Amino acid sequence: MFAAENGLKGDPRLEAISAAIRVVPNFPKKGIMFQDITTLLLDHKAFKHTIDIFVDRYKDMQISVVAGVEARGFLFGPSIALAIGAKFIPLRKPGKLPGKVISESYELEYGHDRLEMHVGAVEPRERVIIIDDLVATGGTLSAAMSLLESQGAEVVECACVIGLPEVKGQHKLKGKPLYVLVEPSGLEFC
Amino acid sequence: MFAVENGLQGDPRLKAISDAIRVIPHFPKTGIMFQDITTLLLDPVAFKHVVDIFVDRYKHMNISLVAGVEARGFIFGPPIALAIGAKFIPLRKPGKLPGKVISEEYELEYGRDRLEMSVEAVKSDERALVIDDLVATGGTLSASISLLERAGAEVVECACVVGLPKFKGQCKLKGKPLYVLVEPSQFDELTL
Repeated sequence: MFAAENGLKGDPRLEAISAAIRVVPNFPKKGIMFQDITTLLLDHKAFKHTIDIFVDRYKDMQISVVAGVEARGFLFGPSIALAIGAKFIPLRKPGKLPGKVISESYELEYGHDRLEMHVGAVEPRERVIIIDDLVATGGTLSAAMSLLESQGAEVVECACVIGLPEVKGQHKLKGKPLYVLVEPSGLEFC
Repeated sequence: MFAVENGLQGDPRLKAISDAIRVIPHFPKTGIMFQDITTLLLDPVAFKHVVDIFVDRYKHMNISLVAGVEARGFIFGPPIALAIGAKFIPLRKPGKLPGKVISEEYELEYGRDRLEMSVEAVKSDERALVIDDLVATGGTLSASISLLERAGAEVVECACVVGLPKFKGQCKLKGKPLYVLVEPSQFDELTL
């Protein structure tokens, strides 16, 4: 569901967040309108709004773990974790995490990729939110959910700054709710 | 310089931070005692200490920009930037940043790598902080300093959670001060 459908309709912070996201056409390849959140990070107020909205939502939900997907999930997850008193767990590309890991494969447009998590980072029955900058197909978030659930954790929700309009309403990912702040920004004509 | 040499001698937070960092022997290859900060991130109190110490140091230094090195610099940089009212700029591996970028090569033990920065992200005369989890040779941080200076920023300091002991005292990187919280943790066989 989108924030605007869940109590934040008309909240000016959402407009500020959306306006701060830059669209870069044909990146990384032709036809893709890339949603560039680095411009959001340059706008201190809008970046703070993003974190505040997620913190307000999750602070009373007894969340003990925030899991962030490498690399852009690392930009948002730790600040949320710190504010709600939760652990932060990085979900990483293969080979980056030392020690014992579990991994989950997921599909890309062409081919596959893998996500890894430390064994023992999350304990059974911990309540977890997963964060990434954007949800498109949901493949990465689904793989993230599988990793956490395989260790006995309960994924409470997946949270993204940007989501395609098809995740409106009661749309779920592997049975779990999805919370999104804004739709993709439109093309800017410079 | 280390935090203990600069006002934080005996600060119990530094011990909590050091204790929370796990050492993994022979990762990514034989002979390397890897300083694993993911265990620090599992300790919300110790993780908060890290951010608090950096924020206390930088909040009155008129820092307008925090640049974090991919990927572990992305974990520490944004909370600091948010707390001190600064922008956050990700310094990334090649090909990840869209739009106009500048890039700087640096040496690895075997071979070279490159770091990129969005050229539109930085205005002239901005006061910048560079952050990463650990400093060893200083190669990555030096490349980061170059990128920011090429874009017209003034790098005020580089900050790392962990640093090799050689960075004690007035050791500088490309003429810029380095601020480090703790030395590398030792591998404890008993925790196996």
